[in-house]
Amino acid sequence: MSGYRLKTGGSLIDRDAPVSFTFDGKPVSGLQGDTVASALLASGHRTLARSFKYHRRRGIVSCGTEESNALITIGEGGRAEPNARATTAELYTGLVATSQNRWPSLNFDVMSVNGLLSPFFGAGFYYKTFMGPTRGAWHFYEHFIRRAAGMGAASKQADPDRYEKTTLFCDVLIVGAGAAGLSAALAAARSGARVILADENAAPGGWLQAETRKIDDMPASDWAKSSAATLDASENVRVLPRTTVYGYYDQNQLGAIERVTDHLLVKPGHLPRHRHLTIRATSVVLATGAFEQPLLHDGNDRPGGMLAGAVLRYALSYGVAAGGRVAFSGTHDGIWETALACAEAGIGVAAVADTRRDPPADLVAACEKFGIKARARAAIVRADGPGHVHAVEIAEVSRDGRVMNGIEKVNADICATSSGWMPAVHLHSQAGSRPGYDEERGIFLPGTPREDWIAAGSCNGTFGLSAAIAEGATAGREAVKAAGFRRPRAALPVVEADREASEPMHLRIVESPRGTKAKIFVDQQHDVTASDVKLAHREGFRSVEHLKRYTTLGMATDQGKTSNVAGLSLMAKLRDQNIADVGTTTFRAPYAPVALGALGGREPGAHIRPLRKTPMHDWHAENGAEMMPAGAWMRPRAYFKAGETLEQAYVREARMVRQSVGIVDVSTLGKIDVQGPDAATFLNRVYSNPFAKVPVGKARYGLMLRDDGLLFDDGTSWRLAEDRFLMTTTTANAGPVMQFLEFLLATAWPDLKVHLTSVTDAWAGIAVAGPNSRDVIARITDIDMSNEAFPFMGVREGTVCGNPGMIARLSFSGELAYEVYVPARFGLAAWEGLLAAGRDRDIIPYGMEALGTLRIEKGHVAGAELDGRTTAEDLGLSGMVSKKKDFIGKAMLNRPGLVEDKRLKLVGLKSEDSASIRIGSQLVQTEEAGKPGKSHGHVTSNCYSPALEAYIALALLEDGPERHGETLWAADPVRGGHVKVSVRDPHFFDPDGSRMHV
Amino acid sequence: MRITCPICGERSVAEFTYGGDATVERPALDASVEDWSAAVYDRENPRGAHVEYWQHGMGCRAWLKVERDTVTHKIGAVTLVGRHANEEAS
Amino acid sequence: MAEYSVFSLIGNALRGNRGWKPAWRAAAPKPDYDVIIVGGGGHGLATAYYLAKEHGITNVAVLERGYVGGGNVGRNTTIVRSNYMLPGNSYFYEWSVKLWEELSRDLNYNVMFSQRGVLNLAHSPPQMDAFARRGNAMRLAGIDADLLDTKQVADFVPDLDCSPQARFPVAGGLLQRRGGTARHDAVAWGFARGADRRGVDIIENCEVTGFLRDGDGAITGVETTRGEIRAGKVGVAVAGSTGEVMRRAGIDRLPIESHVLQAFVSEPLKPVLDTVVTFGAGHLYVSQSDKGGLVFGGDIDGYNSYAQRGNLPVVEDVASLLLTMFPNYGRLKLLRSWGGIMDMSMDGSPIITTGPLPGLYLNAGWCYGGFKATPASGWCFAWTIAKDAPHDLNAAYTLDRFHTARVIDERGAGPVPWHH
Repeated sequence: MSGYRLKTGGSLIDRDAPVSFTFDGKPVSGLQGDTVASALLASGHRTLARSFKYHRRRGIVSCGTEESNALITIGEGGRAEPNARATTAELYTGLVATSQNRWPSLNFDVMSVNGLLSPFFGAGFYYKTFMGPTRGAWHFYEHFIRRAAGMGAASKQADPDRYEKTTLFCDVLIVGAGAAGLSAALAAARSGARVILADENAAPGGWLQAETRKIDDMPASDWAKSSAATLDASENVRVLPRTTVYGYYDQNQLGAIERVTDHLLVKPGHLPRHRHLTIRATSVVLATGAFEQPLLHDGNDRPGGMLAGAVLRYALSYGVAAGGRVAFSGTHDGIWETALACAEAGIGVAAVADTRRDPPADLVAACEKFGIKARARAAIVRADGPGHVHAVEIAEVSRDGRVMNGIEKVNADICATSSGWMPAVHLHSQAGSRPGYDEERGIFLPGTPREDWIAAGSCNGTFGLSAAIAEGATAGREAVKAAGFRRPRAALPVVEADREASEPMHLRIVESPRGTKAKIFVDQQHDVTASDVKLAHREGFRSVEHLKRYTTLGMATDQGKTSNVAGLSLMAKLRDQNIADVGTTTFRAPYAPVALGALGGREPGAHIRPLRKTPMHDWHAENGAEMMPAGAWMRPRAYFKAGETLEQAYVREARMVRQSVGIVDVSTLGKIDVQGPDAATFLNRVYSNPFAKVPVGKARYGLMLRDDGLLFDDGTSWRLAEDRFLMTTTTANAGPVMQFLEFLLATAWPDLKVHLTSVTDAWAGIAVAGPNSRDVIARITDIDMSNEAFPFMGVREGTVCGNPGMIARLSFSGELAYEVYVPARFGLAAWEGLLAAGRDRDIIPYGMEALGTLRIEKGHVAGAELDGRTTAEDLGLSGMVSKKKDFIGKAMLNRPGLVEDKRLKLVGLKSEDSASIRIGSQLVQTEEAGKPGKSHGHVTSNCYSPALEAYIALALLEDGPERHGETLWAADPVRGGHVKVSVRDPHFFDPDGSRMHV
Repeated sequence: MRITCPICGERSVAEFTYGGDATVERPALDASVEDWSAAVYDRENPRGAHVEYWQHGMGCRAWLKVERDTVTHKIGAVTLVGRHANEEAS
Repeated sequence: MAEYSVFSLIGNALRGNRGWKPAWRAAAPKPDYDVIIVGGGGHGLATAYYLAKEHGITNVAVLERGYVGGGNVGRNTTIVRSNYMLPGNSYFYEWSVKLWEELSRDLNYNVMFSQRGVLNLAHSPPQMDAFARRGNAMRLAGIDADLLDTKQVADFVPDLDCSPQARFPVAGGLLQRRGGTARHDAVAWGFARGADRRGVDIIENCEVTGFLRDGDGAITGVETTRGEIRAGKVGVAVAGSTGEVMRRAGIDRLPIESHVLQAFVSEPLKPVLDTVVTFGAGHLYVSQSDKGGLVFGGDIDGYNSYAQRGNLPVVEDVASLLLTMFPNYGRLKLLRSWGGIMDMSMDGSPIITTGPLPGLYLNAGWCYGGFKATPASGWCFAWTIAKDAPHDLNAAYTLDRFHTARVIDERGAGPVPWHH
């Protein structure tokens, strides 16, 4: 027989609200409130999945997050979520569930042949073979192994849903709304503190859902519901259902995922699928509960093998009988209580086996009253198939789990086991406190807190209902006190008394009457068997980490929530040591798998990094410019006329600048307003060339070094007043320069009276270059533009197109040129004004390529040459390095490595082949292309020079200045080029600079 | 991680930029190359208590000296650096 | 000890797999050795292996504080490549790839070196030029490199967002086809077994607490939690803990800072990504393991740390970058994250050198790049220890290069360790 819906029971379901969905394309019906698992169980499904390695049949094991087996794909197309746990997926009409890791079908999976070969496929078998016959053989085998491995398949379509991120602040965060968590929240709420109560399930209560004792005279699940409702109604409390707190980070920051619409049929457009919550809590109560652990036996992986508590939870919460006849096997009182509760709920219970010698007589008697076979000092030692569980073998077992005698076969379709409860110490451990193993009690307990948290309830080893509620209340009161509030008075609910529990036995695995033929699965998803653990031990992989890594135990999607402990206890037994001495692996975030989409939020795609646009951005885009990224900015590469190639476009632009006039958007340059009586002293220290005596109304080109003496940045600084400079930096280094200067003022020279303000975004900048630049600007400004009134390197303030502005006479192009700065909001007006004013001079806008061409022709260096590895001397800028004053980087400038021969130094290159000398080409001495050999240097910048009518380039070449006149080849094997070049001085055009001084 | 800026209050580490070991004495500009090399390259790199610079770059832009444990990430005293170092934040 | 092969696998399977022996002996320390290697991670074990194999020095102990392979070799994103630009690096890493190509058969242990290619994406014309420079340097050094255009990238990595309207449109990429991934734990275990088979003692749970010195200050052995052990030469290969271990030898300051790097793995999936891809407009690298998990990582958290855990801003940024590249990964789930402690050096390049004390040898400063270097690092360190002088391949990886300004700075980021 298989599972069915009971006539009564089901605290979470609505029997009047049927829900239809599909599994592997076939229609299935469930009820509102069901999970996919409970609905499939109720409709008689037993095999839901296939295991990772042997593709064995897998059914439902648990009733929650810890599920290792029942993984399915939910949804279709871009909304398909692989590896969803059927046990936590809430049902809605139209849900599409699909089984995975099987071909061609769930019931007939070709890969299950692997199971027959399991003796060869033991732990780590792949390390011992697949090494030949040839060197690259692995790549061949790997193809097949990869296809067999993996679980669900990723969608090929983009996820269409939206994810959001929020930061929440609270005085007390309570993780877990079970008995202890609810109690903590009720206590904390009374203080008036801001409280957040987060629970991973849809309904509050945790294991109260399977509790048969009453609280405040109510069924426990009702008490949970009403407590949560009370809390939700409190102004200072926020109850977050369907919220998994997955990570505990430094200074009490916790990461959580709220699943907002996963359970809804109609997903409202205004809601995200998930919300990522960063919760900042002054203090935290961790009431994360415990995971029931199985009692392992031969054949425990057959569908029908379940955790005992899960069988009860399906009955009470969903009104589902997992099967017609359940056989229980366990090591503590709970197995009896669970069996009895199941029987009371109307489920057929075949037998209860307890490994202890003397189980409590009252429980035994109660079971016998139900006609349940009760056996002490016994356990289920084997579950029989074929396929799913049809019968179990119960036998007498010794204290260490050996089969003694008295094997008895019992018909059963569910084999439910429990070896006790293991505190969920994941978050505690993530917060830096290593859990310790209590040998006495056979459980892990939270370590000493290093962050501000208090543990309460079963995660703290406090299992009794009233004890957990009391501890929760205490934790809640202490937590608000820790958060600076008065501790509220305690007010505990009345709890029906706990039974006096008798001593449990610590046993996780029973052996099989079949000896070595047994298949005892420790990690069911990954098919790690007890034999694999033994093999790992035999081969020396005995530390916890080696065991995990060698066998992959605990590395499946459930991260070993119901398998690590059994594996550990088996290894401890093999090593003849205590579990405490064998240790535990570290718990790491996330506690349960988290959708990547939720971690990404809204940033992926367009918003991955801020996009910076100059005030003239739209104009560029509308006037033929191809925009290209420059750091966070977009800049025009060139303005294309119909049919032009890039080279044609920039050559035309550059030529027009040299012939007449052009304008280029330089708003992206970093701009720093340097103010204060010591401004000049400050700049004189940070630039390698003198700045102390720059007159007001003058600009100076400056070179900045790093502490280690290498080049950092360059730019002009304009002295606007005795106590004020406008410093410009390269686009790329605007941020780093600002940060470094602030650092210097804070740490090195706090005595300097200087204040820095970044004004990059405040100004729009337009460089106007060409012989006609002066005439054009003169038409739009009130500044006297005459050569006498406005000399080279002069800076003037005045109006630009009727708006306030500044003009500096600077030249990057080697032409008569100016930089026009206006407040950003007037940028477009100035740009269009200049174009209008220069129309009769054929003024053109030019882009980055033409800008580069003009500066390459002049041999000026830029970012490509200031690459963090060059010195001033390397770039022929020794003259900019003062011998007289002290400045940043001076002390380290003359270290041997910076002055030795063979350094790469700046040269010019001219193509001898009429071919472009592409950037990134390496300079070699051989004419033969495509051969390995020595690189003498590399090309940093290139262009077709309209002035020289040749392809030219700047390059960094070993001992470059000594090699003018030499012939080399620019080798570009990755793009198939090999260009003959002659080495020369980098100042290609107008070397004495006469054109800019006119 | 969260750092309490003396000016802006407690903020996420995402607002701050790291500035490294603050126990390194920055030599004078005219100090020897040996002193400079030691300051630029050599680090004590302690396991445990560490004093370090952080800039509240996405806030007030102040440079701060932060005591932080490199094992637990616990943060101790946070003080302003520079000419405001000894002023009370208000 | 038995060779591993398909035949030994079948033979053992037929005998119930009871015949397997430990992959390496659990050796107890002897009073003295010719060479002690401090650190039973990938580099330390590889060093011991090559000392025995290449130099016939087998009286060697590897001392490991915890368990073999418990450091960064067991917590990384398993990428192997030699796509470096500067000669100081490219020849060394290429030698490493060459050793990787033979490693499984050399060790008789399948390290699953999968040459599925490493593709660095470029997002602008200047970035393409920068990759061309690197690719050309590689080709001149005899290393394979291909520059792909957008279309070729889209064909090579089908799910990648190569649309022109992307925030950072893919302009192309630099592909090293011989790069790829390997099974990280297997590398440690394979070297451990290989070294053990040649007579090396691998001693776990043995922490070095101090160094023995003679009257002249030369190192003559170590003090450990398992007693004093003497040795003619002591090599230190403990990336992540270099500062702490060297402090015990009286070296208080080094050009290294310890930083935490987080790494991430998704739930297992059917094959979805067949290569290693890195994003060029923000730091992200991703591949898919043979088990099916997407393995990915990004920047270091960016502050000194010895804690093997990081913080949320990096987690969130890494996920955002991954989804920017692969918009179809949104519903996939992060399974596990972890943190490793990196030796971040002052120029982003490693140190393999004699000294800094007589009798002492140092292997450190691997930044993010230690895993791929494992074989060559061990090979070169073994050479350096055996010959008391560096091999040409590691001649540039000195400790004094910082003071003398002979740094090897691939990124041009300067002496700021968290920028490398």
